[in-house]
Amino acid sequence: MTQIFAYIPHQNGVAEDIAMEYPAAAQKIDASASLTAIVTGSGADLDAVVNEMTSIYSEVIKIDNADLAYPNAEVVRKALVNIIPGDAVFLTAHNTLGMDMAPGLSVKMDSAYAADIVDIEGIEGSTLKMIRQELGGAVSTHVESDISNGAVLTIRPGSFAPVEGGSAGGSITDKSSDAGDLSVKRKFLEIVEAEVGDVDITKSDVLVSIGRGIEDEENIEIAQELAEAMGAVVSCSRPIVDAKWLEKSRQVGTSGQTVKPKVYMAMGISGSFQHLGGVKGNPFIVAVNKNPKAPIFQVADVGIVEDILDFMPELTESIQDL
Amino acid sequence: MEILVCVKRVPDTAENEFELNSAGNDLDRDDLVYSVNEWDNYAVEEAIQIVDKVGGNVTVVTVGDDESEEVLRREMAMGANDGVLLCDDAFEGSDGKGIAALLKAEVEKGNYDLIFTGAQADEGAGQVGGMLAAMLDLPYASLVNKIDASDGGTITVGREIEGGNQEMNEIELPCVISIQTGINEPRYVGIRGIRKVAKVEIPVKGASDLGIDGGSVGDAGAKTKRVDYFVPDLGDGAEMLEGSTEEIIEQLIEKLKAKGGL
Amino acid sequence: MTSIIGPASFKFFGIFPAAILSLIIPIIGVGYFAYIIARRLAPLVRSAPDSRFDNPIARARNLIVVCLGQIRQPRYMLAGVLHIFIFAGFLILSIRSTSLVVIGFSDGFVLPGFGGAIGSIYNFFKDYAATFVLIACIVAAVRRGIFKPARYAVPEKYGKDHTAEAVFVLGIISTLMISESLFEASEIAYAYQQTGEVHFLAPLSLVWIFKSMLSGAPLGFLQGLHVFTYYIHDFAFFFFLCFLPMGKHFHVITSFPNVLFMRVKTGNIKPVAHGVAEDQLDDLESFGVKYLEDFTWKHMLDFYSCADCGRCSDQCPANAVGRPLSPRFITIKARDLMFKNYPLSGEIYKSNLLVEDIYSEDEIWSCTTCGACEQECPLGIEYIDKMVDLRRGMVDEGMVPQSLQKPLKALEKRGNPYGKMEKKRADWAKDKEFKAEYTIKDLAKDEADTLYFVDSITSYDDNIQEIARRTSIILQKADVDFGILGKQEKDSGAEVLRFGEEMLFQDLKEQNIEAIEESGVKNIVTADPHAYNVLKNDYKGLPEVKHISQVVAQKVASGALELKPCQAPDKVYVYHDPCYLGRHNSVYEDPRKVLDAIDGLTRVELEKSRDRSFCCGGGGLMLFYEPEEETRMGVLRVNMAAEAGANVIVTACPFCLVNIQDAIKVAGKEGEIEALDFTELVEQHLA
Repeated sequence: MTQIFAYIPHQNGVAEDIAMEYPAAAQKIDASASLTAIVTGSGADLDAVVNEMTSIYSEVIKIDNADLAYPNAEVVRKALVNIIPGDAVFLTAHNTLGMDMAPGLSVKMDSAYAADIVDIEGIEGSTLKMIRQELGGAVSTHVESDISNGAVLTIRPGSFAPVEGGSAGGSITDKSSDAGDLSVKRKFLEIVEAEVGDVDITKSDVLVSIGRGIEDEENIEIAQELAEAMGAVVSCSRPIVDAKWLEKSRQVGTSGQTVKPKVYMAMGISGSFQHLGGVKGNPFIVAVNKNPKAPIFQVADVGIVEDILDFMPELTESIQDL
Repeated sequence: MEILVCVKRVPDTAENEFELNSAGNDLDRDDLVYSVNEWDNYAVEEAIQIVDKVGGNVTVVTVGDDESEEVLRREMAMGANDGVLLCDDAFEGSDGKGIAALLKAEVEKGNYDLIFTGAQADEGAGQVGGMLAAMLDLPYASLVNKIDASDGGTITVGREIEGGNQEMNEIELPCVISIQTGINEPRYVGIRGIRKVAKVEIPVKGASDLGIDGGSVGDAGAKTKRVDYFVPDLGDGAEMLEGSTEEIIEQLIEKLKAKGGL
Repeated sequence: MTSIIGPASFKFFGIFPAAILSLIIPIIGVGYFAYIIARRLAPLVRSAPDSRFDNPIARARNLIVVCLGQIRQPRYMLAGVLHIFIFAGFLILSIRSTSLVVIGFSDGFVLPGFGGAIGSIYNFFKDYAATFVLIACIVAAVRRGIFKPARYAVPEKYGKDHTAEAVFVLGIISTLMISESLFEASEIAYAYQQTGEVHFLAPLSLVWIFKSMLSGAPLGFLQGLHVFTYYIHDFAFFFFLCFLPMGKHFHVITSFPNVLFMRVKTGNIKPVAHGVAEDQLDDLESFGVKYLEDFTWKHMLDFYSCADCGRCSDQCPANAVGRPLSPRFITIKARDLMFKNYPLSGEIYKSNLLVEDIYSEDEIWSCTTCGACEQECPLGIEYIDKMVDLRRGMVDEGMVPQSLQKPLKALEKRGNPYGKMEKKRADWAKDKEFKAEYTIKDLAKDEADTLYFVDSITSYDDNIQEIARRTSIILQKADVDFGILGKQEKDSGAEVLRFGEEMLFQDLKEQNIEAIEESGVKNIVTADPHAYNVLKNDYKGLPEVKHISQVVAQKVASGALELKPCQAPDKVYVYHDPCYLGRHNSVYEDPRKVLDAIDGLTRVELEKSRDRSFCCGGGGLMLFYEPEEETRMGVLRVNMAAEAGANVIVTACPFCLVNIQDAIKVAGKEGEIEALDFTELVEQHLA
């Protein structure tokens, strides 16, 4: 029987959404597998998350240590090596903590490693079949891992259907004392918060979000006019911030803000997963892009193949005429 | 400061429209254009800037075939002092760990204070840096978008984390760092720059030079393998609005009204 | 009965012979002047070579027309006419001034040949010359000192105002004119009082006025005045001579060689290094201009020659939209650096990297190479080659903005700045409707007389591809047997060269030349002025290159193409001259002739047209560069068209079309004004 362990990332005493997505992934790996959540941290925040997890997981391992109060990947990895059995399948999120911690973990555990998994096809013998993407999402690939000596998998957030929290009534096992020596050569200092701009895009119900399709700094005005007509706020994808056309605080994505609007207008955004990682709460997504093959059309509710520079002004005008 | 930067030759995502071959199981590679992985280019620039400030040497290393020499030369034209090509038939088909094991062998031949990789490459796994660090038992920090290398035995690094925030860490040397784009503005390398270093000798090392058992790396040693490429079925994609622009706008406005967008 | 004593015989306090002073002043003056010039030549000696001894006929012509004829001066009417007066006065008075120096130690000296009637005629003109120069100086001083035309202003970042120097020099010139006239008037008044002899003087000239004023003055006063004004003149003359090389008035001396050596061919870019063949470029240690001494001697002479008139910057579109570039200060800053690094005495300093020290990166990337500055400069000062040389230096140092690195890399890998696949270069011909009616020959397989060189933007840009299709239809209609290079065609490299990426340009050029030679065509046609210019002026050994407007004009004239009456006769059309068709290649009339051949088409002219056309914003890589600017050039241009009363802007360049179409949107003039490519207009009117 496969043993699966899922690492629960959390912040301020609340587990991240991925915690609800691991069960579906585990189910796809092996429906008969045992699934255990691992939560590391310290104090009340940790307890809150552990308790929350007992409603989803039948077994929850808790590792409480002052050194784990902030999830320094070097420390987390050291603790996990001592907790996870050698032949287990370990799941973690493909987020900035997972990317920091997991590759080294697979080395320390001498297990297979597969990163940024978007789907799982199942196990055949000791071979686990999975799907991931390459080249910035332009193509997908089937990959196979030999998990006879265990595996470390990072799961792309949002790829597996979340389970509803219920009454799993999970048991809590405190393995804090098994974590071992947690001294490491990297010291966490502080978090430097992103500069807050003049608008808070996370508070807006409607976002007009622009990407590379805007082409030129001067054209941002066109998006602003549309946003004004819709009573929305302008947000953007990373290239726009890299080009310094808009401030960092307007960037949606894993390296920017996480937004939960009701309506998300993706204007000239191709739809990389890093960008979509910042769009939460299942909004109504309207995608306008002149490239009919843009990945954004896979996730949008409504797609329109047009040049945003032509389309937006007309839409603005029509809305103003209402 | 002795810095080793691990680089990779990859299909250029900015310049390619990827298509599958006629069999549908691999990329159509006839028209692909390759260049140095974008993240690696930032890593080399960062290494050069550090060496410009505190002195030292920058070496670039890659695992690949003869053609990978091209990316080493480009990075040397940027200002890296030396290049090393790890090339052997036995290396083909290596997974992340295989690559990390080869790099480990090369790292151990030198005396590096800092080892850089790009945060990720064409496969989007972001795995080699962390694996290499673990194999070498060195501290590691990924997705680094700021380095302050003025201190002696430690450096301060900023990691780009969720929400656009930056996680500051102090890390002991030697260490492995994976570099995120945007950490600097890489300098331009033209054809002329590459030609200037065209005749510089680049050592090529195989399995025996590295003291590695060919069976432990490459396809034979890989635990994770790519089976094929495919373009996923767009079955449950967006509802595409069609017709004239006016018709599209009319439909869209109805939908937006229904969803609270207006 | 005595006659006035000239300075040669005059004795100060009755003892000291003034002639000695008359000798010392010129000896010191000329000696010091020679020393200054020697120091000023020092940087030129260390400069890069230049090739400026070709084409003597064109150079002689420039000397006569541009320098002596002052042909470019009246482009700014008031300032130009004033300058012509002062310049002509200087030329005439130079003879008088020379003889005056000798008069200081040889009484009554006249230059050989100026004794008789010629002398009298000369004196007549000379007297008026001095008068007009004085009037011109006064007007000029009032203009500069009180009215202060905007183009002379010095923005704070470029240092202090230059008005004081200008007015000071006008003062010296006035002193020369007044003292020379008083010197002569006092002598004539003296003679009149003594002998009653009436000397003919040009009526109302300065001398005439002074003589009238002095006719009753005491003899002693006149004697004193005579000697005093002589030495004022003598001293002012040599002071002025030595003052000239200290600032903008150096042009009084350098303008002659500067115009003689000015650019005689247009459109092309200078080689990386004169005297180094293209296949030896790899051996060069460094590329372009990084330090002061990397400039060629002619470019240094340019810096010395700038008269600070501000016309270049007044015409510069980059300056007009608030980009950090003003050509005038490209020159002034370099001249100031030359003065600083090569002082009149003492140690010579080594320059820092220019683009860090006196220039900024953005300043150098801001230039669209439109050539308006060079067209305007009355002294033949060049800018484009300097910009390109500075960019070559920046590219060599890796100082290229990220926004330009991507297209440059794509050009290297794919032969186009968009990174699109080579095999899709001819996809514009696959448009369904077009394909149904027209087949375009691929010269890799078929043969044809003429090559249609499409270039990147027209090949790949969805909106601009229309130009390729219309051009093809026109050519077919005109019975031109043509084909395209298809995926063998690479970007022409026009802007790659102008953005300083020389080796990439060489690479693209070689590939294109090889493909063109293999195709065996006898003519080349293009609808892209940038391609037209680079193929014609920067490539070598190609068959004749024509722009589509030239072909159409010729075919319309010969009757091979017939045009229908205007389809929209109630509209007002205006033709915008693309820089690389007009200014750089003097194709002004052909497109206009074709427009005028359309019956019933109403055409107006822009105030800024032909060689004063205003750049739309630049082509090629300029589309990728993100300049710091207050407005877009295109927006200014669209406003000019609106002012001219036009509602259709016809242009003949794909980049102009992109920029102007965009600018119409930004200016909020959609529906009021539209942009149309020449090929589209012609194709619509094919009979």
